[in-house]
Amino acid sequence: MSAPAAVLYDAPGPRARRRARLLSAASLLAFAVLVVLVVLRLRETGQFEADRWSPLFWPGDESFPVVWERIGLGMATTLLAATLAIAFSLVLGVTVTVVRLLLGRTLRLPLIVVVEVLRGTPVVLLIFFAWRVLPQVGIDLSLLWYLVIGLTAYNFVVIGEILRAGVAALPRGQREAGLAVGLSPRQTLLLVQLPQAFRLMLPALISQLVVIVKDTSLAAVVLTGPQELLRVGSQLAEFFRAPLQAYLLVAALYILLNSLLGRLAVVVERRLSTSTGGRAPRRTALAEAAPGGVV
Amino acid sequence: MSVVWENRDLFLSGFLRSLEIIVWALAGSLVLGTVLAVLRVSPVPPLQRFGAIYVSVIRNSPLTIMLFVTAFVLPELGLNASFFRLAVLGLTLYTAAFVCEAVRSGINAVPTGQAEAARAVGLTFAQTLTAVVLPQALRSVVPPLGSVVIAMQKNSAVVGAFGVGGDLFSVGARLTSAQGFAAAPVLTGVLLGYLAITLPTGALLGLLERKTAIAR
Repeated sequence: MSAPAAVLYDAPGPRARRRARLLSAASLLAFAVLVVLVVLRLRETGQFEADRWSPLFWPGDESFPVVWERIGLGMATTLLAATLAIAFSLVLGVTVTVVRLLLGRTLRLPLIVVVEVLRGTPVVLLIFFAWRVLPQVGIDLSLLWYLVIGLTAYNFVVIGEILRAGVAALPRGQREAGLAVGLSPRQTLLLVQLPQAFRLMLPALISQLVVIVKDTSLAAVVLTGPQELLRVGSQLAEFFRAPLQAYLLVAALYILLNSLLGRLAVVVERRLSTSTGGRAPRRTALAEAAPGGVV
Repeated sequence: MSVVWENRDLFLSGFLRSLEIIVWALAGSLVLGTVLAVLRVSPVPPLQRFGAIYVSVIRNSPLTIMLFVTAFVLPELGLNASFFRLAVLGLTLYTAAFVCEAVRSGINAVPTGQAEAARAVGLTFAQTLTAVVLPQALRSVVPPLGSVVIAMQKNSAVVGAFGVGGDLFSVGARLTSAQGFAAAPVLTGVLLGYLAITLPTGALLGLLERKTAIAR
C-alpha cells in the first residue's frame, strides 16, 4: 500500500483486503474489455496493415534504413537544440539570480518587471517572436537558433526563479555564517548560498530541463524548420499515411530521452550529496512544490 | 502599436477565443485530473498503476505530440469531431496529468496523524475525508495547482499555433505572415493579451494562497 493511501485508510483487515481484491479483479476486467474494444477498432480501420508498420519498424523493409537515418538526424537536432537552450538558460538563469539578489530595492524593479513579463508569456510566442522580429532588425540566423533563443528567453527566467526560491529556502544561518567569517555578500552568495540552492532545487531544475527537451518540439508547430524529431515524425506520418504508428514511435523516443534525463538526475544528485562529505540540506516541501516542470 | 488599435476587433475576438480554449480545457482537466488522483490514491493496485503510467507517459512527452495524436490519429480511428474540439481534448488530456500530480501532492502533504486522530475520536471514513483530510489537502493544493493552471493558459497558445485558428496567437501569426504587418508591434499586442490572462490569474491565486495558508 502506497504512502497516500496510508493517510486515508487504516491498515486493511480481512474484509477490506477482500474488497480490494474484488475491485482489482473488476478493474482488470474493465481494462481488458477496453483493450479488446480498442484493438477491434484498430483492426476495423486497418491500423494493423503491414504497410503502415514495416517502413518504421521492420529492418527488412526497403525504406527502413532511410527512415531511421532521418529519425537519427531528427534526434540529433532535438538534442542539439535542447543542449544549447539548456546551457544558455542555466548560465543566464544563474546570472539573473545573482544580479537580482545583489541589487538594491529600486535597481531591482526593472529586472522584476522583465522576469514577470517573460514568465507570463507563452514559449510558442517567444519562439515566433524571435523568428519574426530578429530578421527585421538585421539578425539573420538559422531556424534552429530562433528556436534556441525563444526557449532560452523563457527558461532562463524560470531557472532563475527556481534558484531564487532555493536561496530563500536555505536556513538564515548559512548567510549569516558566511558574512560572519568575513566573506562579502557577493562571495557569500556565490560560495555558500548558490551551491546549496542548486543542490536543494535539483529535482525542480531537472524537471525544467525535461520541459526544455519537450518544448524543442514546438518548432514543428510554429517554425518552418529545423528538422527536429517531431517534424521528422509528422513527415513520416504523412508520407507513409501512418499517423498512429509514426507518432507512437516519436512519442516513445521522447519518453526514452526524458527518462534518461531523469535517470541522470538521480546519479548527479547522489554524487552531489556525497562529494562534500557534509550533510545535504534537508529537502523542504518548497523544493517539491517548486514552479518547475509544469509546462 | 496603431496596428493593434486598427485591428482591435480582431484582437478582441482572438482574446475571447483563447479564453474559450482555456475555460474548456480547465474544466475538463480539473475533472479528469481529480479522477486520476483518486485512482492513484485508491487502495486498488491496477487503478494505481494505470494512473501512474498515464502520468509518467504524459509528463515525458511533448504537448505537441498529444495534439497531433488527438487531431490526426483519432479521426483516423473514426472519431469525428471538429478540429477545435479535438485540439482542446489534447490540451485537456495533457493538463490532466499535471492536475493529478498537484492534487496527489496535496493529499500527501496532510500529516498521517491528522487522519489517525480523526479515526481515533471515532469519525467515519466519510467524515475523516470531508472534515479533516480534504480541507487541509485543498489548501496545500492551491500553489502547485495554480502554476499548472497558468502553464495551461500559456499552452493554449500552442493549441492556437497548431491551427485551431481565431485565437490570440493565430491573430498575431495571420497579421504578420499573411497581411505583412510589422511583427514587433503586432506580437507585442498578442503578448499583452496573454499577460492580461496570466497576470490576473497569478494575482488571484496569490490572494487565494494567502487566504488559505495555514501554519504547520
